[in-house]
Amino acid sequence: MRIIYTDLLCIGAGLAGERVAIEAARAGFETICLSLVPPRRSHSSAAQGGMQAALGNCIKGQGDCPDMHFQDTVKGSDWGCDQEVARIFVENAPLAIRQMDYWGVPWNRVVPGKACYFKGGEKLEKEEPRDRSGLITARDFGGTAKWRACYCSDGTGHAMLYTMDSVALQYGVQVHDRTEALSLIHDQERCHGAVVRCLKTGELRAYISRATLIASGGFGRIYRASTNAVINEGGGQIIALDTGGVPLGNMEAVQFHPTGIVPTDILVTEGCRGDGGTLLDVNLERFMPWYEPDKAELASRDVVSRRMQEHMAQGLGVKSPYGDHLWLDIRHLGREHITSKLREVDEICKNFLGIDPADSLIPVRPTQHYSMGGVRTDKDGAAYGLKGLFSAGEAACWDMHGFNRLGGNSLAETVVAGMLVGRRVAGFLQEEDMRVDTALVRGELKKQQERVDTLKSSTKGDPPFEVRNRMQDILMDYVGIFRNEKDLHLAGEKLQQVLQSAENPKLSSSKAGADPELSLALRLPGMVRLALCVAFGALERRESRGSHAREDYPARNDRDWLVRTLAFWPGGRALPRLEYEPATKVVEIPPGERGYGGCEVISAES
Amino acid sequence: MNRKLTFAIFRYNPQEPGSRPWMQEFRLEETENLNLFVALNLVREKQDPSLQFDFCCRAGICGACAMVINGRPGLACRTKTAELPDKIVLMPLPGFRLGGDLSVDTGAWFRAMNARIRSWIHNDEEFDPDAPEVVMDNQVAEQIYELDRCIECGCCIGACATAQMRSDFLGAAAMNRIARFMLDPRDKRENREYFEVVGTEQGIFGCMGLLGCQDVCPKNLPLQDQLSHVRRKMGWQALKKILPWSGG
Repeated sequence: MRIIYTDLLCIGAGLAGERVAIEAARAGFETICLSLVPPRRSHSSAAQGGMQAALGNCIKGQGDCPDMHFQDTVKGSDWGCDQEVARIFVENAPLAIRQMDYWGVPWNRVVPGKACYFKGGEKLEKEEPRDRSGLITARDFGGTAKWRACYCSDGTGHAMLYTMDSVALQYGVQVHDRTEALSLIHDQERCHGAVVRCLKTGELRAYISRATLIASGGFGRIYRASTNAVINEGGGQIIALDTGGVPLGNMEAVQFHPTGIVPTDILVTEGCRGDGGTLLDVNLERFMPWYEPDKAELASRDVVSRRMQEHMAQGLGVKSPYGDHLWLDIRHLGREHITSKLREVDEICKNFLGIDPADSLIPVRPTQHYSMGGVRTDKDGAAYGLKGLFSAGEAACWDMHGFNRLGGNSLAETVVAGMLVGRRVAGFLQEEDMRVDTALVRGELKKQQERVDTLKSSTKGDPPFEVRNRMQDILMDYVGIFRNEKDLHLAGEKLQQVLQSAENPKLSSSKAGADPELSLALRLPGMVRLALCVAFGALERRESRGSHAREDYPARNDRDWLVRTLAFWPGGRALPRLEYEPATKVVEIPPGERGYGGCEVISAES
Repeated sequence: MNRKLTFAIFRYNPQEPGSRPWMQEFRLEETENLNLFVALNLVREKQDPSLQFDFCCRAGICGACAMVINGRPGLACRTKTAELPDKIVLMPLPGFRLGGDLSVDTGAWFRAMNARIRSWIHNDEEFDPDAPEVVMDNQVAEQIYELDRCIECGCCIGACATAQMRSDFLGAAAMNRIARFMLDPRDKRENREYFEVVGTEQGIFGCMGLLGCQDVCPKNLPLQDQLSHVRRKMGWQALKKILPWSGG
């Protein structure tokens, strides 16, 4: 079997993975990125509206600073984040964005003079000063005190990813695309690399690496309806969990984005509302100001999604063959604005809905969008429990997002964490050697080969696609925006049954090469285990915080639950083992009111 | 009454001993808003789990799902069956190494292309972490973004007669990429350096001007303008090489 040696193995080649890889490559280390798809097709490319960085260049961002960005991020997280990490993040975001500019991202710039803009439905005027002309500008996003989301039209992720991949190419980062990591090679103490399946040939290989990074993005596709790309099935989280010693943090913290389109669940950016778009109900009335008089459509995503859901539950949604939805109205922004600043939205509406958003309403509803949880790391990106293993980006629980991520903070996280974790990885590679244990490597390869062989020869069981659909439907039905004990119990029971089916499926084809049914069968048990971590973590967390809303425990409980869930899955268990750690050691801002959302709080002192 | 659709799909698995290229037919009842992303996944889930194809974002953003749809290269995810006749013929995009069935290796092709044209900002100055960003006119930023929107789906290569005849032809995607860097004031390369990478028969001078690329580009990139822009610049550069007194 083929064995490949390298200094750094990055599992995932989106923005975070490539940013780490670049840092290691520039320090002179051999770096290989694995990717399910060519790097430029990574899901980072689908990020639309912007990247948060407190530059304070545009007039509506004047006075902005990392302190304000910090406050917004901590409030947004509903005090679930690690405040030390959030602080490191906001201080480094301006530098990271300028470096992306230096590398070639065509950020939109400040245009001096008077211009109109919309807030809610209202037309207002602003005047940009001459002395800021040509600096990076920003737009408004939810949950922020200032206009802080820097952007390239609404293809910000695309522009950043293409630039990042160019730089990776420049510095000699190697890419092995169409590969999938099946497991980590480890001895309980140190990570030695990964066993990987080539999705071109079906061949298994071992990669031996002194440092290994998981940067494979989120796991939204465990839900039936998700804005995520079809590759976001949690591969990185699965192989970390499977070690038994690496925990996943806050898996119950799942974000639902207010504006997935109906049908197809494709995202239209928060920039629509940031630029002045409004949400309307079946009577074409704006409803967000009733619930959130201050922030209206620009409260944080968890709050807007809940309000939309509540509003539809009152019968004020629009009926459709695909279920109830609401309307997003950007007509008043005008065709010129839409075709220049929101052109992806324009294309998506025309191509997938057959409507022109300059004169039609866009059907939307809250849709699974982001995984705040992931591979738990320290502030340097080193994974808990296994030396030599690192994680960054959406795959990780670093944890600057806590229980709700602000729009534009994920793109920012990829490049800030990528830069910082990359430095740490380079330092680690400078210092740490590793004794290669061929028995360990061959043992893991053999184990994975046996899994493949067993799957191919299985004569009874359910088809993998069917089993996957069952899992997705359970999460949709019982682990959605609003949760309760009864549903979560049921979800846990049903998912345990699904896990048994997932572990013993029957393939109908088992052709040579990269058979897609076999690929799914190999990752399916891991996906169900992630689903169980989400459901079980949600069941145990008896409070409401950020995106985790319990109907039976509606208050945020800082007395008992100002903690982060750590889910471990030691071999042979039917359920994960949950442990807890304090949400943050450093407390710059003690828990308080978010200023939106109107959630009751049980204070730590009570 | 819903239409009964027939999908004729190219099948060939180079990894499977004895596999030969052939066309397989699948039948599917059309539902409202059906597109090729949903249709192909239904075929795979219900009729043949071995069928290979590529989707990723399924929103027309990532460029993974280009294929030849009833004779024309396009993105499958955003092609609605309502726009197509009862019989839908799907072939893999030509010009790229075939993975299997409808899946082609565009990744390796585009990475090699970007390496050949050295597709990154060339700037000798180090990044200064303490300095503010260099100012740029917003119009320039928007012009760069306009060309930066290419999603490397490969439709323009699949529709290019030169690319079908010579495998080393860089194609419209590369010329568009070069034009993007020529526009960017942060890239300090001179025309003579661009000439080295695209002033050849494999580059801009191989283009026959048939403009199939522009017709099929799903992002409606102004490829015709970029091809003529690069050709003009490189033509002038070529002339300079012949006329020593012109300073080339």
